[in-house]
Amino acid sequence: MTTTSPITAEQLSATTLLRFATAGSVDDGKSTLVGRLLHDSKSVLADQLEAVERASQSRGQEAPDLALLTDGLRAEREQGITIDVAYRYFATPRRRFILADTPGHVQYTRNMVTGASTAQLAVVLVDARNGVVEQTRRHAAVAALLRVPHVVLAVNKMDLVEYAEPVFAAIAEEFTAYAASLGVPEVTAIPISALAGDNVVEPSATMDWYGGPTVLEHLETVPVGHDPALPLSSAGGAPARFPVQYVIRPQSADHPDYRGYAGQIASGVLRVGEQVTVLPSGRTTTVSGIDALGEPVDTAWAPQSVTLRLADDLDVSRGDLIAPSSAAPPVTQDILATVCHLHERPLRVGERVLLRHGTRTVKALVKELPYRIDLSHGLAHDGAPWALEVNDIGAVRLRTAEPLPVDAYADSRQTGSFLLIDPADGTTLTAGMVGEAFAESGPGTATPEAGTDGWDF
Amino acid sequence: MTATVEQTGSTGSPYALTHLDALESEAVHIMREVAGEFERPVLLFSGGKDSIVMLHLALKAFTPAAVPFPLLHVDTGHNFPEVLAFRDRTVAEHSLRLHVASVQDYIDDGRLRERPDGTRNPLQTVPLTDAIQRHGFDAVFGGGRRDEEKARAKERVFSLRDEFSQWDPRRQRPELWSLYNGRHAPGEHVRVFPLSNWTELDVWQYIAREAIALPEIYFAHEREVFDRGGMWLTAGEWGGPREGERVQSRTVRYRTVGDMSCTGAVDSDAADLDAVIAEIAASRLTERGATRADDKLSEAAMEDRKREGYF
Repeated sequence: MTTTSPITAEQLSATTLLRFATAGSVDDGKSTLVGRLLHDSKSVLADQLEAVERASQSRGQEAPDLALLTDGLRAEREQGITIDVAYRYFATPRRRFILADTPGHVQYTRNMVTGASTAQLAVVLVDARNGVVEQTRRHAAVAALLRVPHVVLAVNKMDLVEYAEPVFAAIAEEFTAYAASLGVPEVTAIPISALAGDNVVEPSATMDWYGGPTVLEHLETVPVGHDPALPLSSAGGAPARFPVQYVIRPQSADHPDYRGYAGQIASGVLRVGEQVTVLPSGRTTTVSGIDALGEPVDTAWAPQSVTLRLADDLDVSRGDLIAPSSAAPPVTQDILATVCHLHERPLRVGERVLLRHGTRTVKALVKELPYRIDLSHGLAHDGAPWALEVNDIGAVRLRTAEPLPVDAYADSRQTGSFLLIDPADGTTLTAGMVGEAFAESGPGTATPEAGTDGWDF
Repeated sequence: MTATVEQTGSTGSPYALTHLDALESEAVHIMREVAGEFERPVLLFSGGKDSIVMLHLALKAFTPAAVPFPLLHVDTGHNFPEVLAFRDRTVAEHSLRLHVASVQDYIDDGRLRERPDGTRNPLQTVPLTDAIQRHGFDAVFGGGRRDEEKARAKERVFSLRDEFSQWDPRRQRPELWSLYNGRHAPGEHVRVFPLSNWTELDVWQYIAREAIALPEIYFAHEREVFDRGGMWLTAGEWGGPREGERVQSRTVRYRTVGDMSCTGAVDSDAADLDAVIAEIAASRLTERGATRADDKLSEAAMEDRKREGYF
């Protein structure tokens, strides 16, 4: 296959970037799969392999332990476990890859949530001998919850089930049905043997009944979907969202009157001449110019970092959100969200926290914890818990001190997400997704509530 | 350049960004976050390719305004003269402010002692952390990339450091989406790595695309070198060659630029950007494996230095 030959400079110039995450328990062969992808794409270099061989020998191991390639920290190597997300990089002539390598061990959920938050694709590994197990359902649920656009089911260790098609078909069918019930739009199922190399980079010589792509081929060709006209949820259009990061005012002799609003387009397309609304103030104006890192352009789209100039001299500052007047998000102080609690310090009802949304940080109160979700058992809801513990997924009702323009996470992974932060020491406590978990689609999940309870900050 | 619509065979979307555009956008976003959230950021600038790319990104991020933070260079006293000259030309050309923290000063007045092996790279940590405290910098941009080294693969984009600049890999804040948490107590600061997701090859491709000037030692040239520990070190007043080490003239270039006592040259006839990119794409050695003596000291050398405050 051409994908493994050395890359030329010409081939490199026009590649796209795919961010993906892997999920799998220790014994599913995730390290072997990652190792094979890195190795066969020439991303493990001679000195790295030598270092692994040296370290393996000094531990008395006969064969090089490829896990040492990915376990970067002293504690990880000493304990033989992976304690944290690591990012790996490899390239083929067709695409560049950023792999969020999330450990399958302890602290499992929060690490997979972290890795999946930026992933455009998730690979869920299953041991063909065991089929869909509780961990598999958990992986699928996290991918669905984080709305990872593409899910790959890699049914591994096919060599240990005699490469039997019925085994694969049954697992693929069960997983696909479960994923569909969670709202995952599509699943690509691939039978592999990471150890023997079947269908990872090279097509399998044994499983001639399988006509689909290898894992790498699929990674190389899956659409990266920056088509801002079609949102990830495919229901309606993804309107432009522009969180203002920084106001650029040179006040220099060359640019006495320049006033630009710098930011990264979170979703959609922005055009010169478009009527826009600045939120939360609600003032309306027109885009008079777009500067793409110094070059004036007519059109810009997510995820470009640009600078907007506006026709009117409005009061716009960091934390504001600029959106098309025709499709501005609702502004609310009451947010119902699905959250993953990330920190050992629990999140309790009545707690005062900071909420980071886009470029804005506001005070917020935890008003209610309506339920906790058990990801492993059919998404059962536990009744109102007194607190969310580390790795818990649940619903949170929040009241913010200032109005926020929020989208449902189902509509925008960028403007529908937020963090809760401990105001005392800045610790990141919780990752939040606006709206109900696993909702099929649909806006309006920011559930504005009438009135306040009369408390203040 | 950024806004050109690329037809990218496999995806077909007119709105797909090339990987360089995506990485550039992300790095600029990170820099603007820092400028918006922090009181006193500073950009570490060594005159090496990664810090030169960072400066280029900063110039683009805030144009047509000036870069809203100064530069800081930790001078080991064993720097390549070509690189120092480049540093000073660059600072003058863009009217930047440059702070220099000098390892030599610390050795001269007894605050640091020369190591028996002569390498000064680990000695940079003290002048660096002193300068951060003295100037009250609360965000420090570094050019570190996760592809460089396995401890760095675990590094966050925003990496909180305590008042001793220490890194604790087990107490890092999780980073989700593009929401970066920069909150810190007085005396603490945040190390920020806008190039986290870039590889060595990305850096070179970006340098070529943007036609960014570099110190000439990155390109093949004749140089007086000697072999120490399997690496070509430049002969000079810093302490080489020792007895038994033979100086010879070779055609070499540098893949990284650091302290002369521990940064090795590689045999190369890559004299221009295209040749360098071809060489990197075909290389079987990582950047650090090929050229850095200090990372070979132990399996956890980088992690240990980072814990103490090194980048």
